[in-house]
Amino acid sequence: MAGAAQQRAGWRYRANVAARVVAGTIGAYAVAGLFAMALARILPMDRAQAVVPATLLAFLVGPAVTIWAFLARGPWRAWGGVVAFGALFAAIAWAVGAPA
Amino acid sequence: MSAAVREGVRQVMAWLHGWVGLLLGWVLFVMCLAGTLSVFKPEIGQWMRPETVATADPADAVQAATDWLAKNSKGSTGWYLTAPNDRSNTVEAAYDSDGAFLYRALDPVSGAAAPRETLGGEFFYRLHFELELPYPWGRLLASLAAMFMLVALITGIIAHRRIFKDYFTFRPAKGQRSWLDGHNALGVLATPFHLMITFTGLVTLASLSMPWGITALYGSDLAKFYQDFTPGFTQRAPTGEKAALAPVAPMLREAQRQLGGTIGRVYVLNPGDKAALVTVYRSDADQIGFNPSQISFDGVTGKPLGTWRETRGAIQTYNIVYGLHMARFAPLATRWLYFLGGVMLTLAIATGMVLWIVKRRERAPLSLGNRILERLNAGFLGGVPLGCAAYLLANRLLPLGLNGRAELEVSIALWTAAAALAIGIALKPRWSWPLLTGATALACAVSALIGLPPSMMSAVLLATAASLALLVRKQLRGPAKRPERKRHAAT
Repeated sequence: MAGAAQQRAGWRYRANVAARVVAGTIGAYAVAGLFAMALARILPMDRAQAVVPATLLAFLVGPAVTIWAFLARGPWRAWGGVVAFGALFAAIAWAVGAPA
Repeated sequence: MSAAVREGVRQVMAWLHGWVGLLLGWVLFVMCLAGTLSVFKPEIGQWMRPETVATADPADAVQAATDWLAKNSKGSTGWYLTAPNDRSNTVEAAYDSDGAFLYRALDPVSGAAAPRETLGGEFFYRLHFELELPYPWGRLLASLAAMFMLVALITGIIAHRRIFKDYFTFRPAKGQRSWLDGHNALGVLATPFHLMITFTGLVTLASLSMPWGITALYGSDLAKFYQDFTPGFTQRAPTGEKAALAPVAPMLREAQRQLGGTIGRVYVLNPGDKAALVTVYRSDADQIGFNPSQISFDGVTGKPLGTWRETRGAIQTYNIVYGLHMARFAPLATRWLYFLGGVMLTLAIATGMVLWIVKRRERAPLSLGNRILERLNAGFLGGVPLGCAAYLLANRLLPLGLNGRAELEVSIALWTAAAALAIGIALKPRWSWPLLTGATALACAVSALIGLPPSMMSAVLLATAASLALLVRKQLRGPAKRPERKRHAAT
């Protein structure tokens, strides 16, 4: 047996990576999608045009969040960033509201 | 940032780059190879239909096409035509008949389907973003792969220590070192192209993969969004009352007079119905922006219904991003640069996949998972090009007039690739690699040489065959410098 300590270290490492993988994939996509919603709603343009910058920039927000999820100092911080930005964008989108 | 932290960042980025590249690497390889070939989609179509050489004025050619389609399609909801241009002499027709969706290249004079029935370059084009999977799954997988690609590119750049030096670094015959040098050079030399093509590619499928901006403003009313986004696109429901289509050539001439430039696409909706509609798009081959201006006609009376020219800034930006990916604007030299950029990205992906194995093999004997990966690598990276070559060879060998000939060409391509994958799994990589590479070289050479007048494409095929033959020679000589070979020799 390699020893319980080493196994626990392995388990911890795996959980750490798994948490970051979920944050960096599903989390990153969610933040990008919410960013697109928030930006589409705050841009002072007509609806059809506002969609364009919102969507184009969202494709850059996604990879940025993915990279953050893996560079953050710990899995909690990684998730904290994802949740904070997701909540921020969701709040903006919600506060502005859908156009009448 | 201290040096140690920077080094840590690089390590994390290199780790992420490796895994992101590995997970959808084979999908990306198919997409990049097919996309690269699609740069020359019309030229491949020309090469695959050598019997069809007639040329005609675009308006007359589209007239001949609609005359033929009126007799040879049943219950169509629409004919989507591309007029001939300086890259292609045929009218490309996508249409439904009796519930089946068909794609045919039509002779510009007779209007009839080309005798050598083939999808031509359209096969590679569709494979590029639909991956031979049903809608929407193929496009969703392609979008996901493109997102992975973007992350792989950015992490690859951050992980990099010496971008400028890698322009000039290649140390051959040194195992892992050489694969890494090759991978780096292929990635670094065309980095701006790789970033551009990945980002713009993502944007082309945005309505499917990133619809949330649309949702935020339109809710679930997608019809309203499309109406706002492309107001020039006119549509109306069929009445069920039959009426002959008015001659389209005068409509096309009127369109050309009003829009300038040359005719691009022509959509005939509800053909044969009283509510028939003909929409003519100006060709976008002379500008980067995709889909510039259009005019609609009543299909029965031939009267113009309305013209649309896109002038809204954001939409034009989108069209330019889209057009940059499609490269239809590109004159010959630029088209070759797109092709070369695509080749480099395809090879960067392939070398990256091989590098995953080489790196691990030089440290320790491969785990079972990595041994399977090594075999799948040979099957995919050797098999997909073989499938593409088999498609071209089938085009030359299948008899004309065969029922379902175009579809058979595609089946041959797919079954060949599947057989190659099986060979990759069954044989040791040191045999499957030269076998599959050699077969690809042979298929390229034979399809270039049999029966038909030499062309630029034949020359490219022969050059490909020659390069692959050199690769086979190298593969057969074997990895003499690999350390594990020495270990085997010692035991």
